[in-house]
Amino acid sequence: MTDNGTARVVLRLDGITKRFGKLVANDAISLSLHEGEVIALLGENGAGKTTLMNILFGQYTADEGTVEVFGRTLPPGNPRAALDAGVGMVHQHFTLADNMTVLENVTLGTQSLLALSQRRAGAREKLARLSADFGLQVHLDAKVGSLTVGERQRVEILKALYRDARILILDEPTAVLTPQETEDLFATLRKAVRLGLSVVFISHKLHEVMAISDRVLILRHGKLVAERPIAEVDKEKLAALMVGAEVSAPRVEPGTPGAVLMQLDDVTTPDRGNAPGLKSMSLALRAGQITGLAGVSGNGQGALADLIGGLVSPETGRMELDGAQPTGWSPRVAVQSGIARIPEDRHRTGTIAAFDLTENAILETYAQPPYSRSGWMNWARAESFTRQIIDTYDVRCPGPGTRIGLLSGGNMQKLILGRVLEAAPRIILANQPVRGLDIGAVNYVHGQLLAARDRGAAVLLISEDLDEIMALSDVIHVISEGRLSPGFPRGRMTPAELGVWMAGQGFEPHEAEQEDSAHAP
Amino acid sequence: MDFFDILISASFWTAAIRIASPLIFATLGELICERAGVLNLGIEGIMVAGAFAGWMAVYSGTGLWTGVAVAMAVGMLFGLVHSLLTVPFGLSQHVVGLGVTLLATSLTYYAYRLALPEVTSPPKIEAFQPFEIPILSDIPLIGPALFSQTPLTYLAFILVGVVALVLYRTPLGLALRAAGENPAAVAAQGLSVTAIRMGAVMVGSGLMAVGGAFLTMSAFDSFFFEMVNGRGWICIALVVFGAWKPGKALLGAILFAAFDALQIRIQQTPLGADIPYQVFLMMPYFLSILALIVMSRRAEVPAALMVPFNKGER
Repeated sequence: MTDNGTARVVLRLDGITKRFGKLVANDAISLSLHEGEVIALLGENGAGKTTLMNILFGQYTADEGTVEVFGRTLPPGNPRAALDAGVGMVHQHFTLADNMTVLENVTLGTQSLLALSQRRAGAREKLARLSADFGLQVHLDAKVGSLTVGERQRVEILKALYRDARILILDEPTAVLTPQETEDLFATLRKAVRLGLSVVFISHKLHEVMAISDRVLILRHGKLVAERPIAEVDKEKLAALMVGAEVSAPRVEPGTPGAVLMQLDDVTTPDRGNAPGLKSMSLALRAGQITGLAGVSGNGQGALADLIGGLVSPETGRMELDGAQPTGWSPRVAVQSGIARIPEDRHRTGTIAAFDLTENAILETYAQPPYSRSGWMNWARAESFTRQIIDTYDVRCPGPGTRIGLLSGGNMQKLILGRVLEAAPRIILANQPVRGLDIGAVNYVHGQLLAARDRGAAVLLISEDLDEIMALSDVIHVISEGRLSPGFPRGRMTPAELGVWMAGQGFEPHEAEQEDSAHAP
Repeated sequence: MDFFDILISASFWTAAIRIASPLIFATLGELICERAGVLNLGIEGIMVAGAFAGWMAVYSGTGLWTGVAVAMAVGMLFGLVHSLLTVPFGLSQHVVGLGVTLLATSLTYYAYRLALPEVTSPPKIEAFQPFEIPILSDIPLIGPALFSQTPLTYLAFILVGVVALVLYRTPLGLALRAAGENPAAVAAQGLSVTAIRMGAVMVGSGLMAVGGAFLTMSAFDSFFFEMVNGRGWICIALVVFGAWKPGKALLGAILFAAFDALQIRIQQTPLGADIPYQVFLMMPYFLSILALIVMSRRAEVPAALMVPFNKGER
């Protein structure tokens, strides 16, 4: 029992089981939440956290088990009942309509659809009060599409509070936030708890779980494997509980930087819809060095990855490979120049789900010998290459003829990693290389990237996970709205200092400073 | 007759408003479907079915307004077929829409042959007559154009306001628009995306059918094959032209109708004698495409248009 043992139980899950085909996503999970308590649901991707919460919220129907809120059993598969019972959910992928205002998004579905007019004045009043009580400032008449990610999350929370939620469920709420925005979120949650609300906080970031929760529940492969008061655990213990074994991240020795392999000089690329292009960016990628690119997603990381991968050319400015400007810049030229890519989205751009492992392994090199000659494929060579990747990189699969869409994310990523590293690339573009992987796979990928660096490759690591960036990078740049910060050597900056840059704050003053010093006598 | 004389003649504007009326009904119908996230390419066939159903009902002895209701009901029935396939089953909206158009068109022709096996020229009905609104219809130019039309035309104009009010001023409109922007937002608030989208497609299809019925019960007084003649496709373009907003869509419908009325009149001028008449027939479509290009460049498409929504999908 915990400190909250005497408080009222507001939520009780009893024996929840959910199967998707053969996969048991939730296996007889029972838990309870007390009034004014924050519990963290911790687990790797695919452990069943989101499934469990979607069952609680009525978006999935459990195969077995019951959900009880304030002592009353909820009818299964009915979000409306969950909402009415006081459960509010902040989804990992926001459920907001971009083209509509904050007020419209918040009031959506709060009135009978047969009502003849919208209650706007009352809604404004109530929202003003909630904003003040919980520290959630947001402009009610702004279109959601114009808001920052942090503001959108505030709208999601306001949505739940507006419906008088007493239990807040937050699914990976910090994945898209800067460290400062995370602090603001935690401040809001603390206020909520003081006002008697209860919170379920879903995460796989250990330090956040340590910072915010009273009690932590650990899910592994769909089973609830441990439940501990936060005072009794530390980060290492939690990590071990999460993966079921002691884990050790690869030891990172600083790299020894060599020659500049790729140089960007004042490069600008066009904007793409809402995503900014690069704005006068200068960047050098050196052999034997991991360059980390930190930043909130959608700030130009995609544009930089596309530029290096050959999908776009600079609009203005120079791009040099080994001191010469490449001609006819395209993905094929990039591959032939020794650039290898671990794409951001392994499902969408990294692999073709309906193709088998062999076909996916030679996606970038199929037109070159030995895999094809005079326009004819040599499948035998392609298959032996694939077997080699499977063995070397420990891809768990029935064989090279398996459709890649059937593999888990981790195994898919290992095949991509093999495809990248076996080409002995000189420059590696690693865009979110461990997104969605479990800790074991994460450590493996990181180890391989470090080994490639030590062999003399230049690695550009793009990630939204600041911990990952800080652990691996020899030099860190922050990207914000297409602008690049100066490079900070390993260990120079704290997460909070990087967070200031991620929020886009360091840039203009910095340039102004430079001008000032330039004008100084 | 000079170009300018045409533009200030009352008969020209009267014709333009009359030609615009069926387009207004059907464009509003399509707009409702698309605002909820469903592209309804069944529009052309549903207009044909509506044109036949309304006319046939009146020919069989019902009143004119009952005929309109029958057309509406038939349209909603095809809307039900369309929305069943596209919403809960999530099938391709293009394929289903074209299928519904083919189905509705051929079923209509089949029903026509069954009902009137012997006739060579289709019988006429007593169609809606123009109703002059007292005082207002005496205003020069505007009077004959706007206030001496048939009741169905007045209904079309009233519906523009009603649809705009519902879309922007009621919780139902809010939910409908949200279903077209981000259905997950609707589901997260405990509403049924399926019900909202199916309802929108059915009501929208009903309006399309009334648009078709306007042709047989107000513009003309009989039913011919090919009488819808691509008007449905024009309405799809008008929705884009109107940037998914009822008021702008009304403007687009009147503009297109004005081009249409204009080309008929120019054909009769000396200029028309020298140029093949097909050029004039093409004019409204050509000008519409131009206007479409200019107007729709900054339009905000409903973000979830043509995106099926499956609850509980992983």
